[in-house]
Amino acid sequence: MGSDRGALEIYLDHAASTPVRPEASEAWLAASATHHANPTGAHKAARDARRALDDARDLVADALGRPPAEVVFTSGGSEADNLAIRGVLGSRGGIAVCSAGEHHAVLEPVEHAGGATVRLDAGGQVTPAALAEVLDRLDDVSVVSLIAVNNETGAVNDLPALAATVREHAPGALVHTDAVQAVSWIDLAAATEDVDLVSITGHKLGGPIGTGALFVRAGVTLDAQILGGGQERGRRAGTPDVAGAVAFAAAVTVTVERRPAEVARLGAMRDRLIAGLQESLGDVVTATVARPDDYTTVAAGVAHIMLADVEAEALLFLLDQEGVRASAASSCSSGAQDPSHVLAAMGIDREVAEGSLRLSLGWSSTDADIDAALEIIPRAVTHLRAHGGG
Amino acid sequence: MVMMSGGVDSSVAAALLQQAGRDVVGVTMKLWGGPSDTGCCAVSDVDDARRVADRLGIEHHVFNFGDDFERDVVGPYVEDHAAGRTPNPCIECNRHLKFDRLLRRADALGFATVATGHHARVVVTADGPRLGRGADAAKDQSYVLHVLDQDVLGRLVLPLGAMTKADVRALAADLDLRTAHKPESQDVCFITNEHGRETFLGDRIPLRRGRVVDQEGVEVGSVPAIEMVTIGQRKRLGLAGGTDPRYVVDVDTATSTVTVGEKADLTVDHTPLESWTWIGRPVDGEVMLQCSAHGVAEPGRVVDGRVEWTTGHRKIAPGQSVVAYVDDLVLGGGTATS
Repeated sequence: MGSDRGALEIYLDHAASTPVRPEASEAWLAASATHHANPTGAHKAARDARRALDDARDLVADALGRPPAEVVFTSGGSEADNLAIRGVLGSRGGIAVCSAGEHHAVLEPVEHAGGATVRLDAGGQVTPAALAEVLDRLDDVSVVSLIAVNNETGAVNDLPALAATVREHAPGALVHTDAVQAVSWIDLAAATEDVDLVSITGHKLGGPIGTGALFVRAGVTLDAQILGGGQERGRRAGTPDVAGAVAFAAAVTVTVERRPAEVARLGAMRDRLIAGLQESLGDVVTATVARPDDYTTVAAGVAHIMLADVEAEALLFLLDQEGVRASAASSCSSGAQDPSHVLAAMGIDREVAEGSLRLSLGWSSTDADIDAALEIIPRAVTHLRAHGGG
Repeated sequence: MVMMSGGVDSSVAAALLQQAGRDVVGVTMKLWGGPSDTGCCAVSDVDDARRVADRLGIEHHVFNFGDDFERDVVGPYVEDHAAGRTPNPCIECNRHLKFDRLLRRADALGFATVATGHHARVVVTADGPRLGRGADAAKDQSYVLHVLDQDVLGRLVLPLGAMTKADVRALAADLDLRTAHKPESQDVCFITNEHGRETFLGDRIPLRRGRVVDQEGVEVGSVPAIEMVTIGQRKRLGLAGGTDPRYVVDVDTATSTVTVGEKADLTVDHTPLESWTWIGRPVDGEVMLQCSAHGVAEPGRVVDGRVEWTTGHRKIAPGQSVVAYVDDLVLGGGTATS
């Protein structure tokens, strides 16, 4: 043990971060070579940079079917989520509500402000009934945040139905969605027609890490969380990252254009992966929420499985030694695997959850990845089960 | 697999094994999610371990055994205090985490041997592998490792056994390891200096006021939390001054009563044990017995579930480990009871 013997990498962790698309890296290189000026300046070089930034804004807005003025560029999903939740609370006061299965970038700001959470159902989704129940017992809800596609399980929330529930049961509240996992897998423009605030990020769709945006519906006021020079219409101070925005926009554009074909391609691969694991490992493997051919209630690229009598942390180590990069629940800052709050919110027993494995596909995934995974994963699982589970 | 806590000792242990041509993987256990300022589990310690591994060019992994730690170390620690005992959580962590849970993980992952940076030695004898004291008497950690059986000792590598702490720091500095001058961690890792043991326990169990009585049962003082009192303690007992020093000689949590006495009342001729394990064959005759991590070993015999002291001994707080040695070899150990 010790040295990483697999020269080949089978990357099955696209939901954590996906490789930068060539279109994005070419756009970044070109923009960073061209635009050296601060886009807030008045001279020609600044105006050129400003134009590149606004072109990027147009592209990102177009991809989501929203006006460019709604786009606030951020450093990524966590900043966008914080700006949405804390920005609304700062501006309007009131109570924040989110699902118990949100990403920590939503959960932490909501809980920090003393907000309320809504349980998930067994499929990892928020039901309108569960949401209504929480909203009905609260006064003065100002923002409701519901994840579009869950980062661990891939479960897709029915945002139009949930937004309608908010309008009925908390008419004054704004609706936010953390959609950082969604752009590749669902028609986000359609899903968020009645959503006021939408967070997306570059590195889940082939853009650079450190890029992202919050869409803010016209008329919604937010307290900026970074104060300074008034950039992004006073909603996010700091010199805009022109090359980052350009690369992000290129990645968003390509992702949205190719989405229908990619959902079909990667969905079939995901189904083959789960079916193959079940064939070789039998009922040791349970697909947590994914069902074959269903790419609307669970993201096509996410195979979240639970393995009986295996500790995910030990399995991930063995897979890593063989070149398979995957993950279990969300990793904490030390790099250890933390117990999943998402699975807990679904009512899954903590011990069962310790055997969870998330295999996630993305734009660069190939059939050869699935072939290799189907050879390596069953071997590692069988080994661990023969050695006490790890 | 070398266990890397993020301290200088395990950093150097990893470096020595790597220099010896071993195929080394560094592992840090994440055990405690709460606040910590001295222990093994703070993110900054994980960072140190990872950066030392990076510097050495070895792989580094973090395993989360937080649930096991809570169940096997923190929970019993609190229960022991509630019962008026004085636990040693580092020994329980060695027993349940480092040399059981992590060892089982190492087995499952195919590691033949496990190394740590403890100051102790594995000595091969005709009776199989034995745990021996480290060369640096002031840093010897054989006491806290006495729970290791011969199966574990047979797979354990302790590269620092023959080195002094000064040697270790000098080598770390030579190798330009960032932990070379890092201060020692000596306190319980899950209790912070800022909040202390009383706050930690008080958050988990009700702390009860205790009466302090003398040998005749006359009330002479009081303590705010009987769960915090230990045998031999002479301060924070609410006693009036002007007398000879008085020491805690008994703690009875059932009646919330602390009994104090003179120094002579602390001396016992035997110490009851609630468990005792010999490593290998039992020893009939006199052995040297050590009752704290860096205490002086004193002669006695282990018979019929108790220690019979050769020349009398200061009373040992229930929950403390008693470890038997001959020369520098650990023969066995157990836990004192009341």
